[in-house]
Amino acid sequence: MSPGIVSVAYVVASILFILSLGGLSHQESARRGNYYGVAGILIAVGVTIANVGTGDMVAILVAIVLGSIIGIFLANRVEMTQMPQLVALLHSFVGLAAVLVGFSGYIEPLIVTHGAEHTIKLVEIFLGIFIGAVTFTGSLIACGKLDGRVSSKALTLPGRHLMNLVALAITVALGIMFVGADSHWAGLLALIIMTIIASVLGVHLIMAIGGADMPVVVSMLNSYSGWAAASIGFMLGNDLLIVTGALVGSSGAILSYIMCRAMNRSFISVILGGFGQTTSSSSALTGDESVQETSIDELAEELLSSDSVIIVPGYGMAVAQAQNAVGDITKLLREKGITVRFGIHPVAGRLPGHMNVLLAEAHVPYDIVLEMDEINEDFPSTDVVLVIGANDTVNPAAAEDPGSPIAGMPVLEVWKSRQVVILKRGMATGYSGVENPLFYKDNTRMLFGDAKETVDKLLSALRS
Amino acid sequence: MTTIGIPKEIYPDERRVAATPASVQKLLKLGYEVLVQSGAGEPAHYDDEAYINAGAAIAVDAPALWSQADFILKVRAPMENAMLNRHEVDMMKQGAGLASYIWPAQTPELLEKFAAKGATVFAIDSLPRISRAQKMDALSAMANVAGYRAVIEAANHFGRFFTGQVTAAGKVPPAKIMVIGAGVAGLAAVGTANSMGAIVRAFDTRLEVKEQVESMGAEFLELDFGDEDGSGGGGYAKQMSDEFIKAEMALFAEQAKEVDIIITTALIPGRPAPKLITAEMVAAMKPGSVIVDLASERGGNCELTEPGKVAVHHDVSIIGYTDLPSRMAKVSSDLYASNLTHLMSDLTPEKDGQPSVDMEDTVIRGLTVVHDGEVTWPPPKVEVAVNAPPPPSTEEPSPKGKKAKGEPSVIGRWLGKGLLLLVTVLALLGIGTYAPPSFLTHFTVFVLACFIGWQVIWNVTASLHTPLMSVTNAISGIIVIGALLHLAQSESGAVGIMAFIAVLIATINVAGGFRVTHRMLKMFRR
Repeated sequence: MSPGIVSVAYVVASILFILSLGGLSHQESARRGNYYGVAGILIAVGVTIANVGTGDMVAILVAIVLGSIIGIFLANRVEMTQMPQLVALLHSFVGLAAVLVGFSGYIEPLIVTHGAEHTIKLVEIFLGIFIGAVTFTGSLIACGKLDGRVSSKALTLPGRHLMNLVALAITVALGIMFVGADSHWAGLLALIIMTIIASVLGVHLIMAIGGADMPVVVSMLNSYSGWAAASIGFMLGNDLLIVTGALVGSSGAILSYIMCRAMNRSFISVILGGFGQTTSSSSALTGDESVQETSIDELAEELLSSDSVIIVPGYGMAVAQAQNAVGDITKLLREKGITVRFGIHPVAGRLPGHMNVLLAEAHVPYDIVLEMDEINEDFPSTDVVLVIGANDTVNPAAAEDPGSPIAGMPVLEVWKSRQVVILKRGMATGYSGVENPLFYKDNTRMLFGDAKETVDKLLSALRS
Repeated sequence: MTTIGIPKEIYPDERRVAATPASVQKLLKLGYEVLVQSGAGEPAHYDDEAYINAGAAIAVDAPALWSQADFILKVRAPMENAMLNRHEVDMMKQGAGLASYIWPAQTPELLEKFAAKGATVFAIDSLPRISRAQKMDALSAMANVAGYRAVIEAANHFGRFFTGQVTAAGKVPPAKIMVIGAGVAGLAAVGTANSMGAIVRAFDTRLEVKEQVESMGAEFLELDFGDEDGSGGGGYAKQMSDEFIKAEMALFAEQAKEVDIIITTALIPGRPAPKLITAEMVAAMKPGSVIVDLASERGGNCELTEPGKVAVHHDVSIIGYTDLPSRMAKVSSDLYASNLTHLMSDLTPEKDGQPSVDMEDTVIRGLTVVHDGEVTWPPPKVEVAVNAPPPPSTEEPSPKGKKAKGEPSVIGRWLGKGLLLLVTVLALLGIGTYAPPSFLTHFTVFVLACFIGWQVIWNVTASLHTPLMSVTNAISGIIVIGALLHLAQSESGAVGIMAFIAVLIATINVAGGFRVTHRMLKMFRR
């Protein structure tokens, strides 16, 4: 196959990828977008295989078939609530692949280079492996945290910023050594040491970030995996890899930026981690404030007698897997002519858009699932707001108390409605460790218990 | 173990009871034992069996109950039991506790009696009116019932519809109702009358309640009288000046000629009820009109009120029932019992069945009129304006503070931007100068692709962020191309194995990513 055809095929694949991302901007075109992506990959892989033709076809086919089977099997089996873990795990694969390809590229370069080109290629290899290694271990830790295998608390070692800085400095030093290395083996040694340091760095970076910042972390790792692919593309002189890597990298970066803005925190402060350790609240709530509880039956009556209901789900709904029962309640109330809508905070859950996916799984029509900005004005005209497993994203302190650690974070202003009912396991503070004055408001009622159990009981109370 | 005793009320026509089977269960959960006097709940339609089922024990008669209970919950203040010829306090255990209505200002001798018994007494009517204490606010709970019932009683004695109707047989005008005093009872009356279709007006000396009145659907009658506001401490009304009262009376006299029903709820703490409706006003009302005097127990707002009775003067029925909440014994008992349960729950934070009195707590301090045999009434004054308008919730921080915080960061941001620009320019210069042309082509592609990604992603709706992420993740599996190239051309075994693994996991990523995205997208539907 002529190089010209290959180039043209790569251009087509690049365009398909861009169309794929563009297609995801709306629900109507999203599925088509996914097919564009599949087509792009198929063309790219097909052309590449056809082009290298003479190589070790057996190994290639075995790897591809085996990989596809495992991938599809994993994807079919995963629960929607485990989506964040799966995405993080898949990121780690890209990271590992980047590391492996980087090493291969150094040991057996496919393109022979000299002089400045050679130096640039070495830098590309080094960068590719570094980013790949950080992505690999970081994603594994993120996956563990999301899965609950690793404590989701932010691990803050003393002097952790210094440790990260030292690791970076050593990496840079190793990089200089690597580029200037006169023997193959010296270079390889520098690469291996750097890979180990990068792996440790990846673990340490993500360990220091708490569970609720995971939307930022996962999208950041997504971005990293893109950059890793792009550097490998540079190394191989392959434009398709560069384009795709850049697309993925910038998309991840934008997502992280959107998530950070939703929390009113800078990207740096999220990445540096350690948030959620300060438990002292500046607005010293008088300790003897008390909450008002309600019962399932009262809530059921309240819901049935209202005209307009907004449900605000949070990570608690995902943990308890209560989305299907919530979906049933929504359906029931809508059949009775009650307006039911959902208010979703951008950082609700552990993945950007996590709640939307869960609600979609529960057959909640997507046009009643609204973003914070779309629904915030409607709370004053709402009869009942049902908060299911959300805490910090509905904390009035963010809007009312300038001294609060989460001050200025945009929140869902549920307290402006006539009545707020909060489904919660206990009185624990949210991830940010900030007390929530919402619980003590006069129009707030608490309904303690596991979200799933409570929602199931509520459903049967509504039916009877 | 502390035993809570629920005696049968002996005040004439008192039908309420201080605990219901539901509240008994809650008290048991707090670690108490509950003893109910046989027949205590009968008038409120709770029989002994219901209490037994709830887990309470039954005491056969009053002496048995009073002598066994360590803590008494009751409705009316203890009084002389005419049948036994003994005062209830005398039957009480030495050092026991008690919570009920006490009206400590009017009953100093009762407090002395408690003190002699070494008792600890909580006067539910002395509750400080702060938001935290609302759950124990029996006065409000009962006032709400009384307000509702007042309208029902008025309707019962009134010979017309409340709502105006145009029927085939002719037009019926709507009833006009004036409510004096817009406290809890007044507001409840306003709401009830309004929902029955009457034209409702309300008057209160406290201007701050205007909004509340209007929100319940009534017109707020205002005096053209400067800005004298009748708000006393703790959400109650205070005594007004003579001129104000004069103007107020003129308003009532004028209204009396016009309205069909007057409901009065005016009370000033610690004083007899103010006389607002004079005999002349009653005479001026239309025949068949009705006055419901909710203040009759404290002397009445109308001069002609006879407490506990319906008096008819000048063809106007003046309803002076003092037992309106008790006439709805079931709901009143439920609410009152729940108030007391909240009190007990605050007294037993450990849920160990041992009441502990925390005199530092303003709510408990306010309630406690006798503590371990010592009269502690009146409590130090609590200054809280409950009805003050809540501060706007999304208040902008003061511009001054904002500026002070903002300034350095603006400079910092400009500095940062400048630095970033400088570094970018330098980096680009460096690349342009030294990089070989082959790199520059790739670099151009890279930068352009970044911008395309940037433009495309901003349009993605938030609800699709997760599918976006999994699709970009699948696409980033394009690294499989690099792995494929290496695998196909591998010379050494090590590279072959590395490349094989890379192809394998990258393919897992590609296949898994697209598949899971597909699954997700399939679920989204309108």
